[in-house]
Amino acid sequence: MHDSKIANARRADPLWVRIALIGSSFAIVGLLVALPLANVFFQAFAKGIGTYWKNLTADPDTLHAIVLTLIVAPVAVAMNTLFGVAAAWAIARFRFPGRTLLTTLIDLPFSVSPVVAGLMFVLIFGLQAPLGQWLKAHGYQVIFAPPALVLATAFVTFPFVARELIPVLEAVGPDEELAARSLGASGWQLFWRITLPNVKWGLLYGVILCNARAMGEFGAVYVVSGRIGGQTDTMPLRVEKLLQEYNASAAFALASVLTLLSIITLIAKVLIEPKVRVEQEQEPSEK
Amino acid sequence: MSSVSRRALPGFGLGLGFTLFYLSVLVLIPLTALLVKAASLGPAEFFAAAWTPRARAAYALTFGVSFCAAAINVVLGLIVGWTLVRYEFPLKRVIDALVDVPLALPTAVAGLVYAGLYVQNGWLGQFFVPLGIDVAYTRFGIVLVLIFTGFPFVVRTVQPVLADLDAEVEEAAGVLGATRWETFRRIILPTLVPPALTGFALAFARGLGEYGSVIFISSNMPFETEIAPMLIFSRLEEYAYGEAAAIAVVLLSMSFGLLVVINRLERWSQRDA
Repeated sequence: MHDSKIANARRADPLWVRIALIGSSFAIVGLLVALPLANVFFQAFAKGIGTYWKNLTADPDTLHAIVLTLIVAPVAVAMNTLFGVAAAWAIARFRFPGRTLLTTLIDLPFSVSPVVAGLMFVLIFGLQAPLGQWLKAHGYQVIFAPPALVLATAFVTFPFVARELIPVLEAVGPDEELAARSLGASGWQLFWRITLPNVKWGLLYGVILCNARAMGEFGAVYVVSGRIGGQTDTMPLRVEKLLQEYNASAAFALASVLTLLSIITLIAKVLIEPKVRVEQEQEPSEK
Repeated sequence: MSSVSRRALPGFGLGLGFTLFYLSVLVLIPLTALLVKAASLGPAEFFAAAWTPRARAAYALTFGVSFCAAAINVVLGLIVGWTLVRYEFPLKRVIDALVDVPLALPTAVAGLVYAGLYVQNGWLGQFFVPLGIDVAYTRFGIVLVLIFTGFPFVVRTVQPVLADLDAEVEEAAGVLGATRWETFRRIILPTLVPPALTGFALAFARGLGEYGSVIFISSNMPFETEIAPMLIFSRLEEYAYGEAAAIAVVLLSMSFGLLVVINRLERWSQRDA
């Protein structure tokens, strides 16, 4: 006890250093994060709660943007979740040539500027491209329409689920699955009854992060949407358009909804993180 | 080893097959389309499109503001990371949670609110603008939103390393007569270099591609405050697809070069650990 006190004293910083650093941290996080968050809601409600509500519900284009985001983001997240599960299963459970390369390729979209991502889909599906013309001739509108929004969103959020799931699946190990297999379980029984329950929090964590980014994506969607009011504007695009129309209070009202969604995301993240850690540290024999 | 024989567990073919299919459709084919488009210009045309004075100014600005923001984030991240690991204080968990806000907050919202804060009648602009410090619609504003978007990276890379730091080494240094500052400089700081560099590179890479937050706070003036992604978008608006692709390829090579550096750094810090 006495020893550890001396040891702690040797590791402890002088009081003035501690106060200065804690004060700096409050100043940094306060100015950089807390103040802007507070300002979003302040500006949104600056003209009263009545105007706030009207800003959100009376404008059909804004309503359409909210609905569109609630369609595009979940579709993109579902696609990436399916991919994340498949990729994690292949990468965490098996060894094969090119495995390291595949892991690197999964992270690739993180280093592509969202604008470049959008540009790539314009180059493929735009009306100047052969595929775009062919699709148009057969009655499929991809670019400047929801399918392109989904593709661009899925590209930007591509790595999230796979990245979170691979380490969890690796940590859980294949022992239970092998046991179930030897007892005659089918592939899907194995997946639904053993694998999924073992990694559910890790999976949920990845899905939540993926969804937050998907709903907030701006650059990639901006490029492929054509920004047609009431048709291809998602919530973040609508925020920009409202600002362009000098309707700052409506822009902030819609921004406050997005901010609220991201705060909910972070609360969920804080709540789930300990469960993911437990999943990662669980010994197969303990279960 | 957690891997198993391909015969012992099912689903290898399905898992890998779907992974490769999805990766190709969503990432590899679009990337190839971009490269093909840029290559179709031919060397002279590519150079003429991607290396105009306006484009060079945009690259230099993108590189410069991202570098500044990432460097400032190293300092801020070390302070906040250190405080969160080493000290107990009220609201610590709130501060810790707030660090992640830039990862979850849509970039458009960040740009919108930062511009609003620093204009003349904004909460902070009312103090800064009379002093002659213009943030909104200037390069300084771009650096500021990039500090915001890159803020979590250094904090989150430094935190686990600080938490794992062996207490005995520090105690030994203290017992042997080192002052607290000497211990920090000679013992602690060297171990923080690899994670801080990784965090720097991640924040830097994020800054290079950032668009949503920047267009709100930048005046987007060519040669002044026009970042490379903005220039790509302008070219696209003019239906100059080839030129847009050429500039995009230059921007991509900057990002991929950085990705290689990040991978090296991660391997380096793992070897040290």
